[in-house]
Amino acid sequence: MKLFTTHHRALGVLHLLLSLAAVTIGTLLSLVMRIHRVWPALAFPFHGQIKPEDYLALVTMHGTLMIFFVLTTAPQLGFANLVLPEQIGARGMAFPRLNAVAFLLTVLALALLLAAFFVPQGASISGWTAYPPMSAIAGAGPGEGTGMDLWIASIGVFCIASWLGAVNMLATILGERRAGMTWSRLPMTVWAWLITSILTLLVFAVLLAAVVLLFSDRHLGSSFFVPAGDLVNGVVVGRGDGSPLLWLHLFWFFGHPEVYIAVLPGMGLVTSLFANFANRPVIGYRTMAAMLVAIGFLGLVVWGHHMFVSGMNPYAGTAFALTTMAIAIPSTVEVLGWLSMLWGGGLRLPTPMLFALGFLSFFIAGGLTGPMLAQPALDSYLHNTFFVVAHFHMVMAMAGVFSLFAGIYYWYPLMTGRLMNETLGKIHCWISVIAAWGTFFPMHLSGLAGEPRHYERLTGPATTFSAITANERGITWSALLLAAAQLIFLWNVFVSARRGRLAGHNPWGATTLEWAPETALGRVQRAPYQYEIGVNQMKFHPQWESASKQE
Amino acid sequence: MPATFTRHPVEIERKDTGIGGKPPLDRRPTGGGGDGDNWDNRPHGRRGPRELLTRYRLGVLFALAGDLMFFVALVSAFFVRQSAGHFDARENYVSDWHPLAVPPILWINTAILILSSLTMEMARRQLFREIDVMDEWLGLGRPAVKRASPWMVVTLVLGTLFLAGQWIAWGQLVQQGFHYNSPDPSSHFFYLITGVHGVHLLFGVVALAAALGALFILRRIELRQIAVDCTAWYWHTMGLFWIFLFALLAFFQ
Amino acid sequence: MRWNLLAVCVCFVAAHVWLIGAMLRRKRTTRGSDASPQNGETESRDASRHLRWTLLAALCCMYLWMAVTAQGLWAGSRYAGPSPAAMQVEVVGEQFQWYFRYPGPDAAFGSTRPDLASAASGNPLGLNPRDARSHDDIVSSVLVLPAGREVDLRLRSIDVIHGLFIPSMRLKENAVPGLVLHVHFTPTTPGTYPILCSHVCGLGHARMQAVLTVVSSAEFDAWLASHARARSEQPSQ
Repeated sequence: MKLFTTHHRALGVLHLLLSLAAVTIGTLLSLVMRIHRVWPALAFPFHGQIKPEDYLALVTMHGTLMIFFVLTTAPQLGFANLVLPEQIGARGMAFPRLNAVAFLLTVLALALLLAAFFVPQGASISGWTAYPPMSAIAGAGPGEGTGMDLWIASIGVFCIASWLGAVNMLATILGERRAGMTWSRLPMTVWAWLITSILTLLVFAVLLAAVVLLFSDRHLGSSFFVPAGDLVNGVVVGRGDGSPLLWLHLFWFFGHPEVYIAVLPGMGLVTSLFANFANRPVIGYRTMAAMLVAIGFLGLVVWGHHMFVSGMNPYAGTAFALTTMAIAIPSTVEVLGWLSMLWGGGLRLPTPMLFALGFLSFFIAGGLTGPMLAQPALDSYLHNTFFVVAHFHMVMAMAGVFSLFAGIYYWYPLMTGRLMNETLGKIHCWISVIAAWGTFFPMHLSGLAGEPRHYERLTGPATTFSAITANERGITWSALLLAAAQLIFLWNVFVSARRGRLAGHNPWGATTLEWAPETALGRVQRAPYQYEIGVNQMKFHPQWESASKQE
Repeated sequence: MPATFTRHPVEIERKDTGIGGKPPLDRRPTGGGGDGDNWDNRPHGRRGPRELLTRYRLGVLFALAGDLMFFVALVSAFFVRQSAGHFDARENYVSDWHPLAVPPILWINTAILILSSLTMEMARRQLFREIDVMDEWLGLGRPAVKRASPWMVVTLVLGTLFLAGQWIAWGQLVQQGFHYNSPDPSSHFFYLITGVHGVHLLFGVVALAAALGALFILRRIELRQIAVDCTAWYWHTMGLFWIFLFALLAFFQ
Repeated sequence: MRWNLLAVCVCFVAAHVWLIGAMLRRKRTTRGSDASPQNGETESRDASRHLRWTLLAALCCMYLWMAVTAQGLWAGSRYAGPSPAAMQVEVVGEQFQWYFRYPGPDAAFGSTRPDLASAASGNPLGLNPRDARSHDDIVSSVLVLPAGREVDLRLRSIDVIHGLFIPSMRLKENAVPGLVLHVHFTPTTPGTYPILCSHVCGLGHARMQAVLTVVSSAEFDAWLASHARARSEQPSQ
């Protein structure tokens, strides 16, 4: 496979492979973290014992890799490049060469990020959120020198790559639809990509501005974020009167929509899969699409809920709490819609559907702890505890990643012409579900006990948390099991490419256009998801069939 | 807008004309009906020059939207910083924002940039004059290019003058003692805002030069139109951004 | 909190019962080919819509209740400032130590200068000796508070963002350099409670801990007096 291709399907696969590399590294980092928490004295081969700054570097890199290179890249540029043009009946993406450039920039960004491990003093330790003044002053800790500069460079390049990708996707969705592919005939995945592209366009620019200002503070003597008289490590560094809160506002204005960017494509995909495997149309297609739009839009006005305890005006806290609670409503509508689609019975349960159901389960779990965290009064206890870690891992790491798995199992025939092994897939799914619950559910309990984040171990008066050390062991063993289960997936992915069962052109009985045989494409005349609820399970009207009557 | 937005497929009917005889079988709409350029119902992708132009314009629009957000972030930081302050030793709230007087040459620069937008627009329009485009398409010389290129050259010169003027403005500020890393936040923002805009304009100048070259190198008229059109839209946007940024620096400090 | 958790758990269980039930409901009841599937289908579709909208309404009520009760708590604890009679204590975070400063009998905090700060010479906060108000300030690494009296904490940070977290008091607020943030609460039960740092501040983040000791008023006065004596016995700085 060429690295410099401009064909969208190849680029989609390349993006997915990049995300696969990132998720492998990210998972290994998290395993090292987990093992360290339970066996702190363990010396790892090639590295030795994990020192506190190593632990924080692991946390930072794990977060950055997973959020950017897995959960932003794969659902958007990965899957969209794979199937978006086909789903709307276009020949290709609007700007193939721009597409290729976006991919190469993403590779560069990943390389820059990973390089941070190899520079003196290692990678940054200020978390994926990189709050200044810690991230603005090289003396604030190990890794805040060159490691932080590399992080900034990587994120800056990634912002540009995302911007180009979003431009491409928007131009494609708005300009390249086949005749007859009206807005109400778009598959739900396309709606999701439309909204995430708009969000990407709006918010990554703000992140880029923030990192430019941070770079300026670090190297060009400005003080956007560093207050006057800041005394770090014996050196007074604050020159002008900057405000760390400015970074928080800029970063979280990006950061909150970012997590919706991560999860919305999964929501669209899951809707499609439920329609496909429950053999029924989407219940309330317009409503579901409108709810995706609502979640996207509301996601832009809730960023303050990350800052409840950071010194904001309490009235602003109330305002953000109300907008955050408001997001619960469209999310609830989506979940109820999904549950209703499933209730009819007669579900086919191949592996992609199992992962979609897993997505729903984790989305419900993570989504229900959201309203709790949305209350500032509760958040003032739970902020930066493991409760928050549990919440976002449930909804991003598990639900988001499950949607990635579902997509890969589902669209695998488009990539390779073969199906992945069903038995291995089911084993992968079930072990992952059980291990994921085992890993992330107990974190809620740790968080409720008050265990803070970013602690490489609990010492001192915090041994009042000794009750949760049993928790820690359980979580670590589950995490190891979860990671081990992914080996099944990796085996399946790579071996089925050669030896999987040959798939036909539409192995799942889907209606959307990416499964259309080459010759069948004319004007689009049907809505997506025209499955018939009836006795004969496999009756459906794919979108590429001509309508026998007017709509 | 094209037929992609209709809900009903266009039905081909053979209506009775009332005067005897059968109407032709194929009564697809021609010209201005339904689908814009798609007068002979060709498949998507082969419909005509507007299609490619629309696609590139869409791309430029979205790219500029993202860029707008970048500037919005910087401007919000500007406003936040302007209103920030700290408590001094005597518990007085002190703001350390000292408004920076904008060097007067910036007024001239603004005028030059506005003028360059006008000339750029003239260049763009020359390339869309139908008669000249038809001539070029038919291979009868390059009248559109001949009309457009002087305007492009003028725009290029004006753009370069603008950048030179910005550089001079920076020099003037340095002479007055305001460096980028003076402790003064208004100084930071001045350099940051003008610098970021200047970098964007530099990209614009490079794009202009490339478009000028493209006028002579590219063979298809539609590609030449796209090159100049997209550059023009970018140029106008950067001009518009500059007007806002300049107003910000001059009047809102 | 408990009610929230209960509500959330109930919804969670209910949703999963629905989900798993749907998965297990594999076989669709076969309709005879003569029976009109349309009617039965429309009815059940309507019933399903009713159910969905009812559930949505119920859940919205639940969200509203969660929001309103929690906002009540928030407003109560944050909208109004501390009472004027609240005791003032300054909390300063530094990599990787919490310092607590009491204003002393003059009830005023002295000014500080970062260039004077030096933990080694006993002036970690950089108290300015030229400011008369700083002469009676007591700097401690333990937070001692009298039970039953409202205290207003002034949060400052010397270097990076720290997070003051007192789990037993359900109190958390970041200490942001360049800002002075206020939180107030009233400790009631005497005892010893851990204070943790809840915002990653560097490699000593996990060790940046302190202790809150809540004592009776008499003990508190005695403690203050002993510190004031110790301070006056030290050579002036």
